[in-house]
Amino acid sequence: MATAIARPWAKVKKSGSYKAVAAALWRENPISKLILGICSALAVTVQLKTAIVMFLALTFVVGFSNLSVSLMRRVIPRNIRIIAEVAVIATLVILADEFLKAFMYDVSKQLSVFVGLIITNCIVMGRAETYAMANPPWPSFVDGLANGIGYGSVLVGVAFFRELLGSGKLLGFPVVPQFLYEWGYTDNGLMLLAPGAFIMIGLFVWLEHALLKEK
Amino acid sequence: MENLISIFVNSVFVGNILLAYFLGMCSYLAVSQNLKTSAGLGVAVIFVLAITTPANWAVYHFLLAPGALSWAGLPEMDLSFLKFILFIAVIAGMVQVVEMVIDRYSQTLYNSLGVFLPLITVNCAILGTSLFMVERRYSFAESVVFGIGSGTGWALAILAMATVMQKLRYADVPEGLQGFGIRMITTGLMAMAFMLFSGITL
Repeated sequence: MATAIARPWAKVKKSGSYKAVAAALWRENPISKLILGICSALAVTVQLKTAIVMFLALTFVVGFSNLSVSLMRRVIPRNIRIIAEVAVIATLVILADEFLKAFMYDVSKQLSVFVGLIITNCIVMGRAETYAMANPPWPSFVDGLANGIGYGSVLVGVAFFRELLGSGKLLGFPVVPQFLYEWGYTDNGLMLLAPGAFIMIGLFVWLEHALLKEK
Repeated sequence: MENLISIFVNSVFVGNILLAYFLGMCSYLAVSQNLKTSAGLGVAVIFVLAITTPANWAVYHFLLAPGALSWAGLPEMDLSFLKFILFIAVIAGMVQVVEMVIDRYSQTLYNSLGVFLPLITVNCAILGTSLFMVERRYSFAESVVFGIGSGTGWALAILAMATVMQKLRYADVPEGLQGFGIRMITTGLMAMAFMLFSGITL
């Protein structure tokens, strides 16, 4: 019974896609290991909701930009590849931004300029430049999605604690019970401000380093 | 005039592009090891922001904003969704032009700034400033002041960080926190100090 359950899992573990995701989540996490794409990670983590939307938007952009750049990798002249990559990325970002404006207007207002700034997010550029330019379309697409997930894992983790400690809510619902407030518990307003983001991400990276070292 | 001064002070201190809006973190983290290169990059960012923010203002108000094309007989055209792609193109082009002009007229300045200029194209502080300029509906004069102000704020932050990093070299930092972690926390403390300026009103 146990082997029957374990076998498909073992098969999944051997596949290239699993390895790509696992690497992006831990050893080569774009944020905490490679220090890419920090700007947006700090700015959108005040609430869990904006962090999740940003995670989906970035995963979409990095996945499809990797796919398109990889499909075009033989026709892009070497000298102007940066401009070609930026054009692909900017087009995808416009799509994501227009989609958010049409279907999730309030979230798009909260994210303000940060959706647009996916264009200059080093993760997207970095993956297109280092991976998609040299690999076939399908692995590139998976690599893009994996990096989006690695980015999202830090984003959602930081946002979880910032929203919980800063406003006592998760996804907008109050989760800290009322009696705690009556006993004198207060929300830590610092978590909602800029310094809270810096300190939180610093501690998060510390935790991750400590966990990885034990393995 | 008072309005312009208040935009300047606000963009340097209270709304510091790096410490309050987190823009330009990548190059900030990469370069703040060394005081001299930080100063070079800081000057280059001020320079590029002072040029690209007004240039993007012009692009937005004469080509992209709703009704902006009325001079061409198309009063109902709204191309503002194209702003991302056009702004980044303007920035990349401007950086290239600035690089060539500096190369032609001042070899010493080129030698000290040259390596940083291409990096600046992908610095999110530059694109971010242009996008904030649109979102806050600044006029032309305001956009010039805002560009210079954000650049100055960014340069101030990276210089302060480089100085702190030099002192931190002799500190005994816990192992897991070394490198990225301690720098984020130091930046957090710096951001806290900058928030004190928010009490100032002009």
